[in-house]
Amino acid sequence: MTRQRGDVVVETRDLCMHFGGVRAVDQVDFTLFDRELRCLIGPNGAGKSTFFKCLTGQLRPTSGEVLIRGQEMTGAEPFEVASLGVGIKTQVPNVFDGLTAEENIWLSARRWHGDARARALTAETIERLKLGDIRRMLVGRLAHGQRQWVELGMVVAAEPWLVLLDEPAAGMTHEETFRTAELIEEINKTSALIVVEHDMQFIRMISRTVTLFHEGRILMQDTMEAISADKRAREVYLGHRA
Amino acid sequence: MNSGILRQMRPTFVYALLGIIFMFAAPQVLQLFTIINLTTAIALAVLALSLALIWGYGGILCFGQVAFFGLGAYAYTISAINFGGSTWAILMAVMITSAFAAALGYFIFFGRVSDVYLGVITLTVTLIFFSLIRRTSGPEYKIGNALLGGFNGVSSPPINLPWNPTSFLFPEQVFYVAMAALILCYVFAGWLVNTKFGRVCQAIRENELRAELLGYDTRLYKLGIFTIGAGIAAIGGVLFCNGVGRITPDVFNLYNAALTIIWVIVGGRGTLIGPIGATFALFYLTSALGGQSVLNNNLVLGIILIFFVLLVPKGVAPTIIDWVNARRKKAPGRVRRRRGSRGEGAQ
Repeated sequence: MTRQRGDVVVETRDLCMHFGGVRAVDQVDFTLFDRELRCLIGPNGAGKSTFFKCLTGQLRPTSGEVLIRGQEMTGAEPFEVASLGVGIKTQVPNVFDGLTAEENIWLSARRWHGDARARALTAETIERLKLGDIRRMLVGRLAHGQRQWVELGMVVAAEPWLVLLDEPAAGMTHEETFRTAELIEEINKTSALIVVEHDMQFIRMISRTVTLFHEGRILMQDTMEAISADKRAREVYLGHRA
Repeated sequence: MNSGILRQMRPTFVYALLGIIFMFAAPQVLQLFTIINLTTAIALAVLALSLALIWGYGGILCFGQVAFFGLGAYAYTISAINFGGSTWAILMAVMITSAFAAALGYFIFFGRVSDVYLGVITLTVTLIFFSLIRRTSGPEYKIGNALLGGFNGVSSPPINLPWNPTSFLFPEQVFYVAMAALILCYVFAGWLVNTKFGRVCQAIRENELRAELLGYDTRLYKLGIFTIGAGIAAIGGVLFCNGVGRITPDVFNLYNAALTIIWVIVGGRGTLIGPIGATFALFYLTSALGGQSVLNNNLVLGIILIFFVLLVPKGVAPTIIDWVNARRKKAPGRVRRRRGSRGEGAQ
């Protein structure tokens, strides 16, 4: 795999997603470079999650294009996006409730490797995410934060080169949020990331460049400091928080 | 990593062994009449096994599993009459049924039909077969040499030794064949659910979107297990028309379609042995009830279904397994045995 830091890995051109008269995503041109860590922020209904779902194939865009590593992926099925080596975590924890934590993670590793390697990778991931205590428990019986971690484990075990996370810290305790930020930094050593988040503290922990969504469009794209300092950005989003 | 699969299949082998013992012991102690009856029950158990596989492990609630069972029986009977022997007819039955299921499944799964409509479509297909074949009583309805016979059905040629059409098997021998087929199908299904394919199917049952987001084409997996399940149901159908001696369109009726679901609910989804056991138990209960006239048969079946749905919603086998596991954990001073590295396998 010949990838270089400067390569464009995700690109959208004029991406629109309309629901009836609602323009959830409106003419978005977005670019992500390899090994970049990008946060998507914005108030509720700004279109972040809809944009995310267009990238992951969960929604078919009304118009426009999605390119992943130069490959046209507009309207692709989610498994086709994932099959490019993209790790995806959705907003609501999507896990296999009736299976154990270990089985959950094994299923992710097994997609890419033979059984022996998949087992090794599973053990490694469990170690790395400190899931040893719950490995044999059914995921359906775990607490919300733990389920989030199992899902992150599934993302990590696939060794993706691009990771898309929708609100990874939602519902986590302060300690868990901190550990998630650490994990994201670690993932970022080998892969590019897009993180949709609400939690400003969390974004400050991890952010490099932040893309601010407002009413389906990209309003600003800059560092967190610059966005915090910007008057317009404060009005739409930060005003009532920061 | 075959040793791992074999270890997880240990319970499967235990039940298979019990089945083999039963297979050789039963004809020694039971009367021929009972043995012939048992053959029918075994055929139905194979049908239950096929639904246990696709519903319990694949999460596909097929309301018309009996359509594949009946199609298998008809395909066998018609082929056997035309070929003048059962060898190729059995193969034809499995192949025609699987091909039909694959075609039907293609539209269902690649059309992303939701679970509820899948149930409706499969049931409708069953009832279409029922009405269609009932209307084929005239002499013009024949396939090759085989008259379809409308609601009277067709009498099925018995199974013969491979490539020896004159050596028909006697009812007792058909029992051996049926029992062997049930055991083989059971071991095959027990193996399948522990392979990567089977585990991905279970993952899809738990959460289809997540399975997709891991990069699995869930449509293909669902189509695969659906087709395999139909093939197993067809084997059940072949055994059934051999046990009964003929096949009629009644096999496709609503009662039988619902009964298959009841066996799996009572026996328990997520196990294979449960629905098999439930089929035998309910088969004999129905026979016993047939000998008296105080209680209506269907009423009792209905009450049993309601009882299980309300009070034992997981079904018998999973409830027993949970109970044993809970006791094992509580048992003091005992070294807890480590379970298979990836949880419980097929039971």
